[in-house]
Amino acid sequence: MTNLVEVRNLRIEATTDAGRLVEIIKGVSLDIADGEIVALIGESGSGKTTVALSLMGYARPGCRITGGEINVGGKDMAALSEKERARSRGTDIAYVPQSAAAAFNPSSTIMEQTIEVTRIHDLMPPEQARKRAVELFRALSLPDPEGIGARYPHQVSGGQLQRLAAAMALISDPKLVIFDEPTTALDVTTQIDVLKAFKSVMRAGGIAGVYVSHDLAVVAQIADRIVVLKGGEVQETGTTAAILSAAKNPYTRELLAAFEPKPRQTQADGDSGPKPLLRIDNLTAGYGPVKPDGQPVIRAVDSVSLVVEKGRNLGVIGESGCGKSTLARAIAGIHPAAAGDIIFDGKQLERAVAKRTRDQLREMQIVFQYADTALNPAKSVEDIVSRPLVFYHRLDRQARSKRVDQLLDMVRLPRALRYRRPSELSGGQKQRVNFARALAADPKLIICDEITSALDTVVAAAVIELLKELQRELGLSYIFISHDLSVVEAICDQIMVMYNGERVEQITPDKVKAPTHPYSKLLFSSVPKLDPTWLDGLVRDPELVNQYGHR
Amino acid sequence: MTMVRAASSRRSFLGHSYNLVGVAASLVILAWTLIAIFAPYIVPHPIGNIVDDDYFGPMRQGLWLGSDYLGRDMLSRVLMGARYTVGISLAAVSIACFSGVVLGMTAAVTGGWLDTCLSRFLDAMTSIPSKLFGLVVVAAVGSSIPVLILTLAVIYIPGAYRFTRALAVNINTMDFMTVARVRGESTVYLIGSEILPNIIRPVLADFGLRFVFIVLLLSGLSFLGLGLQPPLADWGALVRENIGGLPFAAPAVIVPSLAIASLTISINLLIDNLPQKIRDRNA
Repeated sequence: MTNLVEVRNLRIEATTDAGRLVEIIKGVSLDIADGEIVALIGESGSGKTTVALSLMGYARPGCRITGGEINVGGKDMAALSEKERARSRGTDIAYVPQSAAAAFNPSSTIMEQTIEVTRIHDLMPPEQARKRAVELFRALSLPDPEGIGARYPHQVSGGQLQRLAAAMALISDPKLVIFDEPTTALDVTTQIDVLKAFKSVMRAGGIAGVYVSHDLAVVAQIADRIVVLKGGEVQETGTTAAILSAAKNPYTRELLAAFEPKPRQTQADGDSGPKPLLRIDNLTAGYGPVKPDGQPVIRAVDSVSLVVEKGRNLGVIGESGCGKSTLARAIAGIHPAAAGDIIFDGKQLERAVAKRTRDQLREMQIVFQYADTALNPAKSVEDIVSRPLVFYHRLDRQARSKRVDQLLDMVRLPRALRYRRPSELSGGQKQRVNFARALAADPKLIICDEITSALDTVVAAAVIELLKELQRELGLSYIFISHDLSVVEAICDQIMVMYNGERVEQITPDKVKAPTHPYSKLLFSSVPKLDPTWLDGLVRDPELVNQYGHR
Repeated sequence: MTMVRAASSRRSFLGHSYNLVGVAASLVILAWTLIAIFAPYIVPHPIGNIVDDDYFGPMRQGLWLGSDYLGRDMLSRVLMGARYTVGISLAAVSIACFSGVVLGMTAAVTGGWLDTCLSRFLDAMTSIPSKLFGLVVVAAVGSSIPVLILTLAVIYIPGAYRFTRALAVNINTMDFMTVARVRGESTVYLIGSEILPNIIRPVLADFGLRFVFIVLLLSGLSFLGLGLQPPLADWGALVRENIGGLPFAAPAVIVPSLAIASLTISINLLIDNLPQKIRDRNA
């Protein structure tokens, strides 16, 4: 036995609600050597999490491991009884979930939950377990390693929680740790700390790992080898360097290509120069009770001014909690601003959506991040897209049907999809329907709130291309809100950096390499690159990190 | 109301999967509905006529379910009783659920003081014991079918309101609601087109449950003598007036009890086994 993990010809089937069997994993084989970190990469639905979970002998409800061998440390996990599997879970094999926030029990302390595994499996006395936990907290560079265990999960940040989840997994000295997209929900500045912590602990302990992700750049930093999955089959396996530099499989190349932002050709200036479409002056919006001076107690957006020109795009970038989404909501009137002016197309807009005229509402549309919640699951695509046509344009049935066809063509969806419900569409298709609904209103400005964040890299790149094309055809303007610099860079003429509710800097994409404000420097330097040596070579100004990083 | 079931016990029809318990339950409900509609045409004897020499007579030819405490035909009385029990309950539950659902969705969508006032007022209503409330109303204005229907409806509005509001509040936080609001849609559109389709299934299940509650409450009121007045009788009243037959094991007291049980249990079973839409299109 040379390898810690040997998976041979793994097959997993799922039963649909009609009783039909679907093969979701079609004969996957992979090896993991002792101390090696292997990344499983692929789009959502490719089976990467299913494969990772099967290493613990676990199949999600409705799924069944129907064939193949899963040898982990000499045991065939597929053949073991449930009791024996439970014995090795948490001791030999540990799991770090995607959303640590949902994985912690909010009603008991972090220390209690961290050492729970040692108690269940009776590995060591509680005193020793506590000591070991503090050591791990220190190794994962958590602040206040002695005291953090006494806190409750809601008292620490998301990045810290993710590292605490790793401490929980590592406390029993497992031979294999499964990371299921552990940094996907984190900001780039936080992601770096978490990745660095994971990498150093895994390397120091010589622990083997499986790292599930859809982000090639993140994987490049931490994995020794990469397994590319698609549709439940292995597309390509190779060392990280080989995959990044000499990918053979067309799908892998597509993944890599999605990473190279195509430089945006700046449009030739119009004859009369750019005209402002939207101007925001000193906009303030926030939450909580209103103070006597008319300002809210918590200011999420603090005196922000910006200008969007006709046919041009403005990108707003910043980490979660910087107020970028509140800014979008204040502009759209969903969350009325406390102070400031919104001047749209030469006219002053009311702050609250209820007081704006129907035409003003029509000309400014907002598209949300999660198409899953932005589309009514009980309605067909046709109903969703045609509602603005009835509401704003009062089209009759025939004209509506024709227009729906046009709109579906515009967003490159097959016309037959109009009869489907949102739950019957893929993530990328849903986001296109979401966008088609905004287009149906014939807007002048579309506010895009993180619209590609929930999508896989390849799909996101296609959606961005679509937005660019539509802009050329329809002369739209976008406000593009994102935490992902590469996305904003690809589509925007101006980039505004926000931090803590304030506008920090506004620059053009060609100057992204040389930002002037220290926060922009930190933010831009934190975006992972495809280069595997990037994380190790990254030197960040500790003062900057102290000042702006939420550790 | 567990929804987890072995795949093999379900069959599919018209894109829905269903199981046999649900089918059996709906057949019982359908039968009682038909009886309620056609009772006047199929009863063998007028319900007020004394047709037997003896009281609490046994089952025999001609008097298939025996006779009651006055020697009236029990079969006729149960068949006509279905009419009152199902009819009054259905009318009451329709009023209760319609008002409760509309108010609940409106409160969830509008929020603010309307939501607060409605919620507090209906919470106060919930705190009044239902039988006592019925007793007071009937004592004050007398017993008639419209009064019974309205009383039963008023008693069950707060529950329907709370239930719907809880569901609608969840839907209200979804982004598609925000999108509709930013579009400038009216409250009527929001509750009718955006929220209702998403909560219709639990609301229908709640409708069925509440129907059962009302059947039982109506039977209870009639048993106390506050329901329909003689010679009309719903099932609850039939149980009460024939309670004297219990020592003789007279069918007159057992049959209406079985009728109440069969209807309420069938509705419960149907709710637990509603056909489910198959989302897997490739099947």
